[in-house]
Amino acid sequence: MAASTSEVAPPTATPASNDYAPSFFTPAEWAFLNAACARLIPNDDNGPGAVELGVPQFIDRQMGTPWAEGALWYMQGPFLEAKAEFGYQSALTPKQQYRLGIKAIDEAVQAATGKPFAALPPTEQDAWLKRIEKGEVKSDALSLKSFFGSFLLKNTMEGAFGDPLYGGNKDMAAWKMIGHPGVRADYLEFVAEAKPYPYGPVSLHGKRG
Amino acid sequence: MAVVNKPVDVVIVGFGWTGAIMAMELADAGLQVVALERGDDANTEPNWAYPKVVDEIAQSARNGLLQNLSKTTVTLRHGKDDTAVPYRQIGSFKPGQGVGGAGIHWSGVHSRVMPEELRLKSHVTERYSAKFIPKDMQLQDWGVSYDELEPHFDRFEYVCGTSGQAGNIQGRKIEGGNVFEAPRSRDFPLPPLADPPTSALFAKAVRELGYKPYALPAANASRPYVNSYGCQLGPCNFCGFCSDYGCINYSKASPQTTILPALYRKPNFSLRTNAHVLKVNTDSTGKKATGVTYVDAAGREIEQPASMVVLAAFHLHNVRLMLSSNIGKPYDPETGEGVVGRNFCYQVLNSVNLFFDKNTYINQFMGAGGVGQAIDEFYGDNFDHGPLNFIGGGVIWGRQTGNGPVRGIPLPQGTPGWGSAWKQAVKDNYLHSGRIEAQLSNMAYRGCFLDLDPTYKDAYGSPLLRMTLNWQDNDQRLSEYVGGKLQDIGHAMGAKSMSGRIIKRGTDWDTRAYQSTHINGGTAMGTDPKTSVLNKYLQSWDVPNLFVLGANVFAHGIGYNPTGMVGALAFWAAHNIRSTYLKNPGPMVAK
Ligand SMILES: Cc1cc2nc3c(=O)[nH]c(=O)nc-3n(C[C@H](O)[C@H](O)[C@H](O)COP(=O)(O)OP(=O)(O)OC[C@H]3O[C@@H](n4cnc5c(N)ncnc54)[C@H](O)[C@@H]3O)c2cc1C
Ligand code: SF4
Repeated sequence: MAASTSEVAPPTATPASNDYAPSFFTPAEWAFLNAACARLIPNDDNGPGAVELGVPQFIDRQMGTPWAEGALWYMQGPFLEAKAEFGYQSALTPKQQYRLGIKAIDEAVQAATGKPFAALPPTEQDAWLKRIEKGEVKSDALSLKSFFGSFLLKNTMEGAFGDPLYGGNKDMAAWKMIGHPGVRADYLEFVAEAKPYPYGPVSLHGKRG
Repeated sequence: MAVVNKPVDVVIVGFGWTGAIMAMELADAGLQVVALERGDDANTEPNWAYPKVVDEIAQSARNGLLQNLSKTTVTLRHGKDDTAVPYRQIGSFKPGQGVGGAGIHWSGVHSRVMPEELRLKSHVTERYSAKFIPKDMQLQDWGVSYDELEPHFDRFEYVCGTSGQAGNIQGRKIEGGNVFEAPRSRDFPLPPLADPPTSALFAKAVRELGYKPYALPAANASRPYVNSYGCQLGPCNFCGFCSDYGCINYSKASPQTTILPALYRKPNFSLRTNAHVLKVNTDSTGKKATGVTYVDAAGREIEQPASMVVLAAFHLHNVRLMLSSNIGKPYDPETGEGVVGRNFCYQVLNSVNLFFDKNTYINQFMGAGGVGQAIDEFYGDNFDHGPLNFIGGGVIWGRQTGNGPVRGIPLPQGTPGWGSAWKQAVKDNYLHSGRIEAQLSNMAYRGCFLDLDPTYKDAYGSPLLRMTLNWQDNDQRLSEYVGGKLQDIGHAMGAKSMSGRIIKRGTDWDTRAYQSTHINGGTAMGTDPKTSVLNKYLQSWDVPNLFVLGANVFAHGIGYNPTGMVGALAFWAAHNIRSTYLKNPGPMVAK
């Protein structure tokens, strides 16, 4: 499989664009990410899905931040096994999680079906994601359960609901869907009223929706 | 060889709430004061200007204002025979970093303490019996009384411009306020904030159930305010970005909004940022502090000599600095001897999410950190513990702190975590759900303590602080009891369903999900040097020119949020330093 990654990430603060070329993810990884995102937040009658919102772009851009290097976390060893209550105890950075996690899932799917995850029909993709979420798909490289819950799903939600300047939540559509006013941050006249809030969302760039 | 700075009268380690209070009070007394803060400088402009700061990705998902754990953290374990592992990512508590400390991203619930909590051992023995105290529970009196602290609670509230309504002014009970509270000398500086939907529903429901709701005191200003230092606050607009965020409106009390503008005008005060203190230095007798050693931004080790040292570096760093500096005897859980690290506690928090029908608008995106209605019927010893056979209690509240979708959208039990069904649930519930909570005291136990980790080190090569803690039977039973009340209140509020997190017998301390930053104990104040590190004036028993502030001085847990008490104790310590210590530096209580 071809791996073409560029060292230079695009700036994190740009809204989603339609002709986006990933910096971190390889073509195969990108295909997985887009397919998985489309199942986590599907495009349906309630509003656009994660792909339409630009979530894969969000995740790719996040790979260029210090967070993706594990720079916000205590990453000194020894790395010991511990009960789940003690939180993340892996030496893997978010970048490594994605690199190894996608590879492990695609290998498991390939071995079972002869196809990569992205080539499966949506119902089969859902079934795989459910098994991964429950910890039923194992890999020697990492905990796929943790990759799914603490990275893939968590970052998908961040991308969908974060400000559009990070590359997801295109046109503030996820905020519109749930009635979140974004960064209006001024509710003095409304706070004592248990009524629908009358205004649409505003983003960090000052756009109104 | 370390660079040696010019000696000063006072060096203050850490520049959050307690550091700012102490710096102001001692600079006001004319002393030469230097504060050392490991983080960056920060201020409303430009750090928390609108709209930059109200960014859920930067602040909540990536912890923009919190302690950088890659530099230093703690290790965690449930019991003394386990191997501790590092707190690698922010989870159940959120220490701050930079000028203002956790005083920037706190919520603002501004409570006091109940008089009997400060003499809990005596109180329980008198009302119940000495045998009522479980075998491994290490209760002790704090050595300071509510009456001694009252002027200092009042002082801190008037510095913060706290919004609330008194329930007891000098013994006169006032309906609408908290009729259970201890007497206060006068009303709050500002009237209560408006009630958001969660709080209004909560107040109505608990009134129907026969309880007496009161507006939670909030250090989020309900009106424009000028405090005694001449610092100005503007009214809170319920922006919904409070806890985790710096305030865009100069409304949340913080060192920056209430103290620093006045302090920075004093020529005898100076601040050094990016100054990470490694240890307190002592002379050859070990009985006198000579100053501190810190590392600056360029990695240089610098010694700051001082006649007096104040630790104000937040709970866990204060305890770690005492241990690293070899001041006071470290606690040994095997023998029960030693004091530094003893009586480590962490407040219990029970949360229940309430889901309402489509016509009930909660609008959880609005709110303020401290706004809410609460009841104290189950606080402290306001209820008879005899038949229940546990010690402790706490506050039950309906707060609306402000929440956004990146911070997490609570959903009814059984909802899938993704896919179309999840999407439908998010759409149906976001505007129609709220939360009620019970925040409870956590008592001190022989097996819950702090010491230095034998394996893990910080970026400066110092051992990490190790936390050994788990929920104990007494507190789990208290939690089950009060947790049951939450269910009743949720029903009375008209919730069509509820989902929640109640600590019960068998529940272990979970360090992943945010709970609160209300950790306390470890350098207890008290009357007996065998069970406390500090005397009632927060002066070290062993090194009398060392004073230690923060929730680490609590002798055991309390039910209320800690900062009202932490701030009052800082003013109390400052007052006694000014009125007594400076005239005759030395032990203020004979050992
Ligand atoms: C999200 C959140 C919400 C909260 N909400 C409430 C609430 O509603 N009500 C309430 O009562 N309390 C609340 N708190 C707690 C409150 O913030 C703290 O009690 C209070 O800030 C403690 O003051 P402090 O001076 O002890 O520590 P801080 O204000 O945290 O200041 C300590 C400072 O010391 C610095 N420091 C640490 N180590 C060193 C070192 N080695 N060298 C130099 N500097 C150092 C730190 O960087 C920090 O700036 C909340 C806390 C958090 C995190
Ligand atoms: S809710 Fe009020 S006090 Fe809190 S940050 Fe917003 S304006 Fe400031």
